[in-house]
Amino acid sequence: MTPAFSADDSVGCVTHPDPDFLLHATGLTKTFGSFTAVDGIDFAVERGESFGFLGPNGAGKSSTMKMVGCVSPVSCGELRVFGQDPATHGPQIRARLGVVPQKDTLDEELSVEENLWIYGRYFGLSRREVRVRTSELLDFAQLTDRAKSTVEPLSGGMKRRLTIARSLISRPEILLLDEPTTGLDPQARHVLWDRLFRLKRSGVTLVLTTHYMDEAEQLCDRLVVMDHGKIVAHGSPRSLITEYSTREVLELRFDTDDHAQHGEAIAGIGERVEVLPDRLLVYTEDGDAAAAEVHQRGVRPMSALVRRSTLEDVFLHLTGRTLVD
Amino acid sequence: MSASVGTTATPSSRVLPAKWRPVFGSWLTAYKRTWRGSIFGRFLSPLMFLLSLGLGLGRLVDKSTGGVDGVPYLQFVVPGILAAQSMWAAMGESTYPVMGAIRWNMKYHAMLATPIGIDDVLLGHLLYVMMQVTGATAIFIGVAALFGSFSSWWVLLCLPITVLTGMAFAVPVFAFSAKQEGPDNFNILFRFIMTPLFLFSGIFFPVSQLPDLMRPIAWVMPLWHGVQANRSLALGSPDFAAVAGHTAYLLVVIVIGAWLARRAFIARLVV
Repeated sequence: MTPAFSADDSVGCVTHPDPDFLLHATGLTKTFGSFTAVDGIDFAVERGESFGFLGPNGAGKSSTMKMVGCVSPVSCGELRVFGQDPATHGPQIRARLGVVPQKDTLDEELSVEENLWIYGRYFGLSRREVRVRTSELLDFAQLTDRAKSTVEPLSGGMKRRLTIARSLISRPEILLLDEPTTGLDPQARHVLWDRLFRLKRSGVTLVLTTHYMDEAEQLCDRLVVMDHGKIVAHGSPRSLITEYSTREVLELRFDTDDHAQHGEAIAGIGERVEVLPDRLLVYTEDGDAAAAEVHQRGVRPMSALVRRSTLEDVFLHLTGRTLVD
Repeated sequence: MSASVGTTATPSSRVLPAKWRPVFGSWLTAYKRTWRGSIFGRFLSPLMFLLSLGLGLGRLVDKSTGGVDGVPYLQFVVPGILAAQSMWAAMGESTYPVMGAIRWNMKYHAMLATPIGIDDVLLGHLLYVMMQVTGATAIFIGVAALFGSFSSWWVLLCLPITVLTGMAFAVPVFAFSAKQEGPDNFNILFRFIMTPLFLFSGIFFPVSQLPDLMRPIAWVMPLWHGVQANRSLALGSPDFAAVAGHTAYLLVVIVIGAWLARRAFIARLVV
């Protein structure tokens, strides 16, 4: 394989990753021609942690995951996985990783169990070992009764669970999940979250990307918020909300085409007001008090909803945009 | 759930010295689903050629001219068709499956997320194609022998030569297929390259019958070399120097093709 950069190219990048981390990146950069997908990001993941990359489509999350998964060469900066360099130890690192790609790469014409068998063989496991682990994993993925079925007719949630089961066949130390629940219905997402939570409890380090703030809140101990290839904030879900948002949010909807015209009427209520195309967000410590004040001013919204602040609000505050358009 | 699932046990995954083997095994697993239909086709194809060209056209040629270069037409044409069917089998295995594994089902991507590397992916798949071509060729030789198409045991050497002929197409076509965004160009490949080669590579009539300008095209392409070597062997008094030359040419094409295929795979899969 051709290394993507020579030693000379990396001059100017910060290059001192700490070997104590399972995963450590400094100045990590990915460019495609003149386009910079990942723009010099730093992060570190400890063993047993559940770490997330939160950001909209095109933020550079998947490019980062592919570099960590040692399938995409690093353009600049330094990356260490298990203290090793993907450029020189790709196969050794990949032997200890489990990968759940954004798009399922299952063999749809093969049966559920055959998919696990052939994948286990890629890791050099014996046929007998692969069969033992397959029955364990089918159990874990709640697919035992579909073991002989071909993959093609399975539901999206089942395929996703099979992909996760497959990624676990080598008993990886880090599980990389690129948008694990995108496109799944709410019930399938909850089943999947439950499975991932069990993995986390059993000691697997999870590294995942998502553009769902509820997923990040559910699964991540720590996360970074990415936008345009850069990390714009990092911390635990709670600390990010405390730092970048208020305790509560009052959402106001009006029966109108342009919500901006109502912004002035409620200016000054709460800490700040965010105007979105379809609603107004009032950031405040006390949502009910803010709602009362709106009412006092004689403003009559179509609906008023008080909720707790979420990572979506953090993202909105940091970038001026919502996560999922 | 068993407690051991996903836990961080000792890194049990050894790195195998021959990592192409599970890649080969994966293609073989997929083949087990369709082998019956595939084998049936492998038998049917030589039967149809033998009936139409050997018995139908052959009888006519022999009656009016006494064969080609003093050889009954059946014995003249079958070694050539043997080489051609190997080309067709190789093409079938190295067009859609290769592009599909990159663009459609992402089979290669799944492999590359594991300790398997690009060279293993390429070698494992090529060896699987070689197995297919070998099977098709062995069946063809067997069926054709029953019709009395061969006059010498030297025909057994046609097996490796024919497999090399097929691979001299498969390997460069791997490079071609890896670069495709969709199947459109495959039709061009089949219609404007494979079909003319089939017709003008000295299978049905000697290349010397071709206009002067067309002959070099036949000489450059691998098929003519396979046809010539096969015919020389199957007719029973082989010109070993010529057979060796043709074999060497096929090997050179395979080596250059492998270099191109590896480059194309890296360009498509390592980004």
